[in-house]
Amino acid sequence: MTVSRILPLVLLAALATFLGLNLGRPQQATVRSAMVGKPAPAFALPGLAGEPGLRQADLATGRPVLVNLFASWCLPCRVEAPQLAALRRAGVVIHGIALRDRPEDVAAFLARHGNPFGRIGLDADGRVAVGFGSSGVPETFLIDGQGIIRAQHIGEIRPEDVPKILKELRRWG
Amino acid sequence: MTAVLPPIPELGHLALWLALAAALVQAVAPWHARLGQAAAPAAAAQGLLVLGAFVALGWAFLVSDFSVELVTANSHTMKPTLYKLTGIWANHEGSMLLWVLILALAGLLVALMPAPLGPAFRARALGVAGMVSAGFLAFLLLASNPFTRIEPAPTEGRGLNPLLQDPGLAFHPPTLYVGYVGLVVAFALAVAALLEGRVSSDWARATRPWVAGAWAFLTLGIALGAWWAYYELGWGGWWFWDPVENAALMPWLVATALLHSIRVLETRGALPNWTLMLAILGFALSMLGTFIVRSGVLSSVHAFAVDPTRGLFLLVLLAGLTGGAFLVWALKAPRIAEGARFAAFSREGSLVLNNLLLLALLSIVLVGTLYPLALEGVSGRQISVGPPYFNATTLPIVLGLAVLMGVGPLLAWKRNPRPGFVRRLWPPLAAALAFGLIGLALGLKTVLAVLGFAAAGWLIVASLLPFVGRRRVPTFLALGTAIAHLGAGLALLGATASGALQREALVSLRVGDGFAVGGLEVRLYDVGPVAGPNWTALEATLHVSRDGRPVATLTPQSRTYTTPPMETTEAGIVGWRGGDLYAALGKPDGSGRWQIHFWIKPLVHLLWVGAVLMATGAAVAAGGRARMAWPGRARPLVSRPVPVPAE
Amino acid sequence: MGLRAAAWAMALGLVGAAPPPDGWGVTPLPDPRQEAAARRLMHELRCLTCQNQSIAESNAPQAETMRALVRERIRAGRSPEDVRAELIERYGDWVSFRPPPRPDTWLLWAMPVVALGLGAVVVRRLLR
Repeated sequence: MTVSRILPLVLLAALATFLGLNLGRPQQATVRSAMVGKPAPAFALPGLAGEPGLRQADLATGRPVLVNLFASWCLPCRVEAPQLAALRRAGVVIHGIALRDRPEDVAAFLARHGNPFGRIGLDADGRVAVGFGSSGVPETFLIDGQGIIRAQHIGEIRPEDVPKILKELRRWG
Repeated sequence: MTAVLPPIPELGHLALWLALAAALVQAVAPWHARLGQAAAPAAAAQGLLVLGAFVALGWAFLVSDFSVELVTANSHTMKPTLYKLTGIWANHEGSMLLWVLILALAGLLVALMPAPLGPAFRARALGVAGMVSAGFLAFLLLASNPFTRIEPAPTEGRGLNPLLQDPGLAFHPPTLYVGYVGLVVAFALAVAALLEGRVSSDWARATRPWVAGAWAFLTLGIALGAWWAYYELGWGGWWFWDPVENAALMPWLVATALLHSIRVLETRGALPNWTLMLAILGFALSMLGTFIVRSGVLSSVHAFAVDPTRGLFLLVLLAGLTGGAFLVWALKAPRIAEGARFAAFSREGSLVLNNLLLLALLSIVLVGTLYPLALEGVSGRQISVGPPYFNATTLPIVLGLAVLMGVGPLLAWKRNPRPGFVRRLWPPLAAALAFGLIGLALGLKTVLAVLGFAAAGWLIVASLLPFVGRRRVPTFLALGTAIAHLGAGLALLGATASGALQREALVSLRVGDGFAVGGLEVRLYDVGPVAGPNWTALEATLHVSRDGRPVATLTPQSRTYTTPPMETTEAGIVGWRGGDLYAALGKPDGSGRWQIHFWIKPLVHLLWVGAVLMATGAAVAAGGRARMAWPGRARPLVSRPVPVPAE
Repeated sequence: MGLRAAAWAMALGLVGAAPPPDGWGVTPLPDPRQEAAARRLMHELRCLTCQNQSIAESNAPQAETMRALVRERIRAGRSPEDVRAELIERYGDWVSFRPPPRPDTWLLWAMPVVALGLGAVVVRRLLR
């Protein structure tokens, strides 16, 4: 009898503790890719006029590379351009995938904000982005020498992220 | 705006502090032998002071006093006056002030009305309400002050989110808050009853009007929210099983259970502890809802400004107030006798089963809403619990409730039905069969939908049965019950039909193109610019025809508001055969094509009609067991105009 | 467009005009049965860039991409559950509004039975 009397109190305490613990935790606004730890998807994207595109085979070259999803219509992509340039200067191979974009817009974007990319693939219908488990731009994936996705960076790369990314690259290199 | 305005915001702020003082007196006085009589005057004073504070904030909004931060953040000189006023509660601080205002006015009302259970009991109930008031006033003053000034004052405000500039949403929060406050009063009466060790039919009779009123307003408030989502969001739906929606649904489920169990207590003196527990639980869940909405622990389509500090404050209030009440229940409830016994297939039995089903629904909604959060906390795995889960788990129970609602009012109190009882059920059974067959003929695909139609037919006919072949004029209670149950039947039919018989198309069209959906031809006739007072829009003109004959013209818009800059979808909706033709215009794709999302929503109007009937029924039922006419003149209801109620 | 991208664009009043492809994202399948199956699935898949909306309801470009993918797969004869599994492989269980039946969700799916069972126990005590 007494147990059922205090049951509401016990349930309330459990609920309040649970909610209290969750208060400080920021809500995950974006979904993480489930492809981390799996091989990069098979794909072959066309490139800009007169240039080669990007294929799955380009990612498994024995050394880690970054794949950056961007678009000319995406503002944070402009914000991260200097960081991509810095990574490039540090010797990192970065391939680009332009999401739902037109070749001429991509060319104009690169002319204006710099081109840090080794190869660029045009993902006109966004299908390859889905293959990577990406939910938007900008996002950057780290792929190891065997072509396995090892890390996902959601959102623009900020200056303070550059050393972390370099460290990750060394870890998988 | 020059700085010669009187310091009205400061006066409002001061009034809130004084109201807090009054609330503390109200909360403390009843437990003191000689100060007990101070509770009612303190409640009255608190009511007037909070009203003063609210008027002060309203004034700041009305004259666009942008030195008040809240006005700057939520208003604009160019805004229509109605939305300047509704802007008061279209934000966190103002809406909490409105909540406190309604609670304080309820206290004022209680203090001014006669005390059916005696002044000492009233003082204690006011004392409990005073604790709730004091908690929320402290929350306002310490964590959400609506009167904060900014220096220097800007010359123009940032405007109100255009989605909120809509009558449906303007009156959704006040309606819902009246409902929540009704639950607070029921909570206060329950805790006072526990403390006095006095739970009786008298207590139930005094409390039931508050519960019925709360339930009516909660029903209307939720319906207004659903109506707003349907008409304003342009997504073609009215319920998304979103955490914020669930937060409003949970207290409603408990209030529904309470409304029915209190009836057993009133009539038969049974289930006292259970009823008191429900009264506390209803309050607890309205607090939990406020917490979920304001703390941002769950991500929702309905974005609110969120703040963890405020969340913590609300959580402490929730835990303190309901924890205290549960403790009182644990200590005091055993001393109250469980009351009269009854047979399984009696009216009481059906009401107990009703409570069981409603609380099962509550558990499902609560666990489903919080499960993703818990799972991510424990294992880091992200899952989504959405409509497929909630529909699959709750709808069978809802159907069971509908069957029960039809049969319950026909059962006798205390004893099992007499042998000939089953014969009374033939008409609703026939209706169920007919509705199910009609549904099949209309193209229902799933068993659940056919059962939904059948249950609606059953309930609609069964809810009218108590009046068939009876010579006596019904009581308000019986009539109100019938109206509310009829409303629920119609709402069930509307929900099932608009969901299961809906036809939908999402297409990309050039001007001049057309498509076919559900036997209708839809053609994009034109797209052109139009302008409103504080927006410009692109408006599509869609011609809908059937077999070459015009049916309707829809004009969905894609609006761009100037202050604040924001794009909204304004659905084009035209009523058709008890339902709606509904179209939303998407963005152009740059190559001359337009995205058009088109729905046929059969019988969706029944939802709104049903909700209004449900609320009306609860209001009528609050009139109690008085008969609809003067006693002694028993005649059928239909043959005479409704005279003044005999109370 | 990512959430942050959308927020940025809105803050600066520069809502970008991403040219969406002209395809299955906004065109129903010719076979009504396939289209109905596709639509049912779309209502159960969560839009990645919107708060708590399905891809059937959202007009975000990302949702359009996913709709196109769903329709193409269904058109190619794949079963809806197969397509759901493919997307879950990419995005995790989060992408499906129907929680997967798994050891850590059994309590969720058992809720109706658990709640009714516990309720029945309480009712029996009340009536005794």
